[in-house]
Amino acid sequence: MALFRSVRNIACLTRQCSRITAVNHQQRKGVADMAFTFGCPGEVFYNEAKVKQVDVPALSGSFGILPEHVPSLAVLKPGVVTVFQEDGSSSKFFVSSGSVTINDDSSVQVLAEEAVPVDRLDPQAVREGLAKAQQDVNTGSTERAKAEAQIALECYENMAKALEH
Amino acid sequence: MFSRVVKNLSPQCVIQARNMATLKEISVRLKSVTNIQKITKSMKMVSAAKYARAERELKPARSYGRGARAFFEKAEIERDDKQPNHLVVAMTSDRGLCGAVHSNIVRKIKHRLAEQPTGVSTKIVVIGDKARTMLARLYSKDILVAFNEIGKKAATFSDAVIIAESILDLDYEFDLADLYYNQFKSVVSYKTTTLPLYSLQSISQAEKLNVYDSLDEEVLRCYNEFALTSLIFFALKECATSEQSSRMTSMDSASKNAGEMIDKLRLTFNRTRQAVITRELIEIISGAAALKS
Repeated sequence: MALFRSVRNIACLTRQCSRITAVNHQQRKGVADMAFTFGCPGEVFYNEAKVKQVDVPALSGSFGILPEHVPSLAVLKPGVVTVFQEDGSSSKFFVSSGSVTINDDSSVQVLAEEAVPVDRLDPQAVREGLAKAQQDVNTGSTERAKAEAQIALECYENMAKALEH
Repeated sequence: MFSRVVKNLSPQCVIQARNMATLKEISVRLKSVTNIQKITKSMKMVSAAKYARAERELKPARSYGRGARAFFEKAEIERDDKQPNHLVVAMTSDRGLCGAVHSNIVRKIKHRLAEQPTGVSTKIVVIGDKARTMLARLYSKDILVAFNEIGKKAATFSDAVIIAESILDLDYEFDLADLYYNQFKSVVSYKTTTLPLYSLQSISQAEKLNVYDSLDEEVLRCYNEFALTSLIFFALKECATSEQSSRMTSMDSASKNAGEMIDKLRLTFNRTRQAVITRELIEIISGAAALKS
């Protein structure tokens, strides 16, 4: 008698378990996967990869992109792009400029003019570049030279900030 | 004419002069064809090295170009062929001896310009001296801007920036733009295709743009500039790879042809040399026989 009851319980439990797994499966299918493409003209870091989240530094402010984000276009400013992979680990890349596209099928393309992993940045070179850019801003003769120096300065400042973290 | 001159000279001189001149001619020809074979062989090796590098650089550039095109494909921006102002960008390079790479592009553009319907005016932006010289004969007044110094060194993103800046700075407001380039398929084949380019106006008028959130004028303009530069960079890389592979195959076949010519010339040279020696012997022996008798 006890055996029969326990067998019935087990059957109920397995039925419930299978229902739960079916619901989970449905939920996972509902969320579209993000096809993430990230690269610069010389190197491609992610090509239609599945990642959990991407943080981008845009001109209008930094924001994070998850799957099923609202479609949008944005322009990058010098800063760090952080990619959170499926297994939880994150990678940081420094980008100089570029564009971000989020399409309605949840595909994300981050195209950078120049992008390097942050661990490839050399602190000494960044310090020297920062000092030189500072000088150029002060001694710039034409508007254009001043603007170019200002852009370089902003870039180096952000690089230094990226290295600090 | 030659035979008339020959009749005035004595028979012996005539025969000898004719053969010796031919012998010298053949040896001169042989030397020059051998030199040409050396040159084409070295050109083939140089372009093989450049091709290997170009193909390596093409891989990330392809993913980059696909990413740049993704927005334009997914936004389904309309292209109406009946709009009046068209722009055609011809992507070639400065150097020749690379097979039909440049002439394929120019042929397609000429075909398009010859068949354009009334009311449509097409202007041309030319990248590379080859296309400029080929199009300047018929369409010199339609060429808006030409770029050169393309092809000597590998293309960089800054080159694409310069080209994109001048296209966007043009006074000519275009409704429709096409970039003609050679898409690299394999070492022996490439395909001449077009890449649609969009002006800021046609993007802002796209219906699907409303789906995209928080867009203002400034962001759209910056985005379009960067996208145009990315597409031009992608096309530059594809064209460079197609050109180097085409040059490699054409220099290879030129070397083979030169090799065949050398073989044939060498045979003729030896035959002529033997003929000259035989003639001299005959003369000496017949002279000696005449003296004896």
